[in-house]
Amino acid sequence: MFPEEVLEHVFSFLTSHTDRNSVSLVCKTWYEMERWCRKRVFIGNCYAVNPKVIIKRFPEVKGVELKGKPHFADFNLVPEGWGGFVWPWVVEFAKGYPWLEEIRLKRMVVSDECLEIVAKSFSKFRVLVLESCDGFSTDGLASIASHCRNLRVLDLRECEVEELSGHWLSHFPDSFTSLEVLNIACLGSEVSFSALERLVARSPKLKTLRLNRTVPLEKLSTLLQRAPQLIDFGTGSYSAEIRSDVYSSLKDAFSSCKNLKSLSGFWDVTPAYLPVVHSVCSQLTSLNLSYASTQSPELTKIRLVVLDCIEDTGLNTVSMTCKDLRELVVFPSEPFVGDAEVQLTEQGLVSVSQGCSKLQSVLYFCRQMSNSALISISKNRPNLTCFRLCIIEPTVPDYLTLEPLDVGFGSIVENCKQLTRLSMSGLLTDRVFEYIGTHAKNLDMLSIAFAGDSDLGLHHVLSGCDSLRKLEIRDCPFGDKALLANASKLEKMRSLWMSSCLVSFGACKLLGQKMPGLNVEVIDERENLNSLPEYAPVE
Amino acid sequence: MSIPVTKHDYITQSEANMEKKAFDIANNKDLNYKATELRLGLPGSQSPEREAAVVKIPVAGAKRGFLDTINGGSGKWVFAKNGGSEVDLVNNGGNKSSGCVKEGVGLVSPKPSLVEKKTHVSVKSNGQTSVPVPKQQVVGWPPIRSFRKNTMAISNTKNEENGDPKVGSGCLYVKVSMDGAPYLRKVDLEIYSSYLDLSSALEKMFSCFTIGQYGSHEVRTREGLSETRLMDLLHGSEYVLTYEDKDGDWMLVGDVPWDMFIASCKRLRIMKSSDAIGLAPLAREKSRNCTEPNNE
Repeated sequence: MFPEEVLEHVFSFLTSHTDRNSVSLVCKTWYEMERWCRKRVFIGNCYAVNPKVIIKRFPEVKGVELKGKPHFADFNLVPEGWGGFVWPWVVEFAKGYPWLEEIRLKRMVVSDECLEIVAKSFSKFRVLVLESCDGFSTDGLASIASHCRNLRVLDLRECEVEELSGHWLSHFPDSFTSLEVLNIACLGSEVSFSALERLVARSPKLKTLRLNRTVPLEKLSTLLQRAPQLIDFGTGSYSAEIRSDVYSSLKDAFSSCKNLKSLSGFWDVTPAYLPVVHSVCSQLTSLNLSYASTQSPELTKIRLVVLDCIEDTGLNTVSMTCKDLRELVVFPSEPFVGDAEVQLTEQGLVSVSQGCSKLQSVLYFCRQMSNSALISISKNRPNLTCFRLCIIEPTVPDYLTLEPLDVGFGSIVENCKQLTRLSMSGLLTDRVFEYIGTHAKNLDMLSIAFAGDSDLGLHHVLSGCDSLRKLEIRDCPFGDKALLANASKLEKMRSLWMSSCLVSFGACKLLGQKMPGLNVEVIDERENLNSLPEYAPVE
Repeated sequence: MSIPVTKHDYITQSEANMEKKAFDIANNKDLNYKATELRLGLPGSQSPEREAAVVKIPVAGAKRGFLDTINGGSGKWVFAKNGGSEVDLVNNGGNKSSGCVKEGVGLVSPKPSLVEKKTHVSVKSNGQTSVPVPKQQVVGWPPIRSFRKNTMAISNTKNEENGDPKVGSGCLYVKVSMDGAPYLRKVDLEIYSSYLDLSSALEKMFSCFTIGQYGSHEVRTREGLSETRLMDLLHGSEYVLTYEDKDGDWMLVGDVPWDMFIASCKRLRIMKSSDAIGLAPLAREKSRNCTEPNNE
């Protein structure tokens, strides 16, 4: 038996939550040891546990990460007001963790009152990351700015903020100089530019600055000149009248940013200004052009996010030039139009899979796919870990053979043995689920829509996917049988979402009764509770 | 695991320390009114106007309008271009209209989640490219976050202004708040084609509050909400519908052509006429003519 000090020292090297959770299961001593030295806690589902329990178990926590609404809330499938309120957590943290330094929230509802409590309760508060959150206004941000003297990170990722005024930035006192990350890209209204400029000027440690759309191109060079140490920069609107003085000062400003690794923003691009960026391109590892409808990808990077305007030809260029590419994301420029004019097909993805040997993660929106393309992709890139394919029209078959895409996706799971995340689309029968259940042993998250024929499909997945923790299903003919037959599997998962499937209210009640370790929730917007969507979070 | 897990059965059972607002909402029959921005309708069936007639008065505890739109449906849904196959889902033998499924009954007909979208432009023909036709939308599909959808909508609108004819990207969610209502709603402006459409939709969403404000039982028992109900209320000067435009100014809804309106509207607010003084001459006029008492 090791003395406590040794154990504690060893545990201090464990940073992954999974490792820490495993360690705490070894024996009572380790459980006790581990709980006293855990500094960061991750709660993947805010309804899985009571905040008081967390505080009691982990008294020395400095950072908390919480997730609220189910993933499909991003696509408006979860009713407003469903939940995910961080309030009860913040109230408990204010009492139990006075030395809390970091809060990271995803898909939660955060009110101004919450932000005020955070601002006033934690004297050492340093990091606030809000991803896909809503419920607060610029007043809440003003509280944070006023009171968090040691703030390092204010990162608002795609939040919905009620923008009452652009002056919240001015609430950072003149003595405040610790800022390292500022991401306000999601704000739609103007923020006070002079306050922003002064803030940037007095933040020598600023590494990430992501502006919002209202910051004009002409002012970018002013900001960049004050922050040549930036590693991650997001422009504001990238459009302006073509003027040589603006052009050259921007070019100089960019070239003085020797540490720049990531570029994003590029709202409303004026193509004439793009070459300015070329001087830094060779050092970039991440480029997000997904809001720019002109695409010029002669740039080496590791992570590329673009619109389908890049077309197959553009992706072909990427496959030849971006040899270090690890992640490719292609969004649709016109997702709601039947026939798009952009020439982006499965071919683009196939080229990239051929040319980019380090490609691991794909999110790809397109309008046609074939089994042969999927098979090629899987054989080219057996090292894929995340494959998310969205064929825009639901239930569309292989466009060459008119067959379902079962074999294609089957090939993906069979060849890509390290696959942890999969999203499927197109015409799919129960067969694809049989393949998934048989081969996808490392799959952690699966998203299914408009697929399958019967309960057998769901059964294959639940019984076969040993590592599955998150499953989200919409509009599939899966019902009670598979769910109840695999009830014990659900206890090992974090969450299951089913909407517009064939699950009955009775089955949900039964599940709730038989499995006390599960939270079974029925969301039904009709009074009579014909059970349709169900969200069963599990810890 | 030694961590006790709280058991929830229904959405109405929340933990005692949940935010009170949420609790109230959850307990309220107002659950009925969530997400009515989803227009339900099977293709080829009701147009939005007709839908308004079908929806019953939202009395507390009443069934949702959803049921009415499902009625008569076959449980199948068809997509505009589906490559030849339909998704055939189990039809529970027409039991839908009766509503309640008893415990133990296995299959339930799925909720059709099509959104019928009005086409604004001409259809492609002879392979020549005219403006692309927006196809019928399925709720939440393709899976793109609202942030991105709204951003693209704004970009596309800008292109329109530059003389580039483009169909709206498919959705433009704006928040709608009403003075006195406890929470906001979101509406997709792209799916309406006129002020009348919009107002009838808003009226459905917020009628529970206006009814409350009115305190009139006549309204409760009426079978169908008149399409102009909110307009009545608005013209009856209890409330006015206002919007915040791109420049951050609050304007009265209805003064500009519809297309211009949706291009510049960032959010909507149903405000009390008395607060609308100074907004526009029209608004001032309304509140002066107001005969109803505005204060509770």
